[in-house]
Amino acid sequence: MAKFRKEGGKRLPAISTASLPDIIFMLLFFFMTTTTMKENTMLVDLDLPEATELTKLEQKSLAKYIYIGVPKRELQKQNGTEARIQLDDAFARKPSEVGTFIATKRGAMSEADQSKMIVSLKVDKDTKMGVVTDVKQELRKAYARKIYYTSKERTNKY
Amino acid sequence: MKKREIQEINASSMADISFLLLIFFLVTTSMATDKGLFRTLPPPVDKKEKPVDAEVNKRNIMMVLVNSNDKLMVNGEVMDVSKLKEKAKEFIDNPKNASNLPEKELIDVPFIGKSRVTTKHVISLQNDRGTSYQAYIAVQNELVAAYNELRNELSVSKFQGRKYAELTEEEQDAVKLYYPLKISEAEPKNYGQVAGGAQ
Repeated sequence: MAKFRKEGGKRLPAISTASLPDIIFMLLFFFMTTTTMKENTMLVDLDLPEATELTKLEQKSLAKYIYIGVPKRELQKQNGTEARIQLDDAFARKPSEVGTFIATKRGAMSEADQSKMIVSLKVDKDTKMGVVTDVKQELRKAYARKIYYTSKERTNKY
Repeated sequence: MKKREIQEINASSMADISFLLLIFFLVTTSMATDKGLFRTLPPPVDKKEKPVDAEVNKRNIMMVLVNSNDKLMVNGEVMDVSKLKEKAKEFIDNPKNASNLPEKELIDVPFIGKSRVTTKHVISLQNDRGTSYQAYIAVQNELVAAYNELRNELSVSKFQGRKYAELTEEEQDAVKLYYPLKISEAEPKNYGQVAGGAQ
């Protein structure tokens, strides 16, 4: 009887995975270019208020962030349960520290960008306006007049 | 002599390495873009200077007060947030040229031509220290919505049905000149404890 097939002659070749790293690298670069690093670790609980008429914050490099809210549970022993202001990675002891914070941030920016600085206020929705007003007054004194009330998108209007 | 073949570098772990990097970046970065209400604060007040706001005619001001219970009062009457937008639109536009609404001034607006515009209107927003941030943002939002709707209506009627967002920058500036955003945030006062704030 004639032999038609060689033993094991026509096995399926293994799928080449040589291009896999390239694909993954492409994904990697995509994510590296489209995203930004997390600005800060949060020390306060934030639940942003909802609004409909939102505009996008276009240039993130110009934005400086101020967080206001109740400290996270594990930090409440030292910091209390009242709304606090978070600047960078620490709580501000009093609102007047906002002025120094703005000055240092402004100093770190290039001169051309300094006037374009935007302060993004990320404030918990249950915060009382008293703290926010204090911060706003400090921002006015520091001539950081462009502010951003960061909010969540709400789909249904009243 | 048998020539030694140069061995190929094994690249099979490359995928794992790049996966690791990818996951690292996915975890440390945030994709979500920030959205919010943009506002420019007034410059700081000089203590030597006396406030000049007394000169503004009463018909040109819409007083919006939010108290510590998040209740709203507009020009002395209690109002629900849901009705604020319509009220604000009527105030900004003054379509019937009513005498109790802002006075109009004839100005030359590019693309639109000479039009009577309420240039002097001011929406004055005051809040208590006890107002919640959510209520404050809701009021701000309704006021901005009033402006946005008016601007949209104007641009649809004057620019061949195009919406405000679809206009060129110059055309948007013209619409902005027609309906200038004038929300003033008054100097903070503490209404919660002190009875009856001075106006």
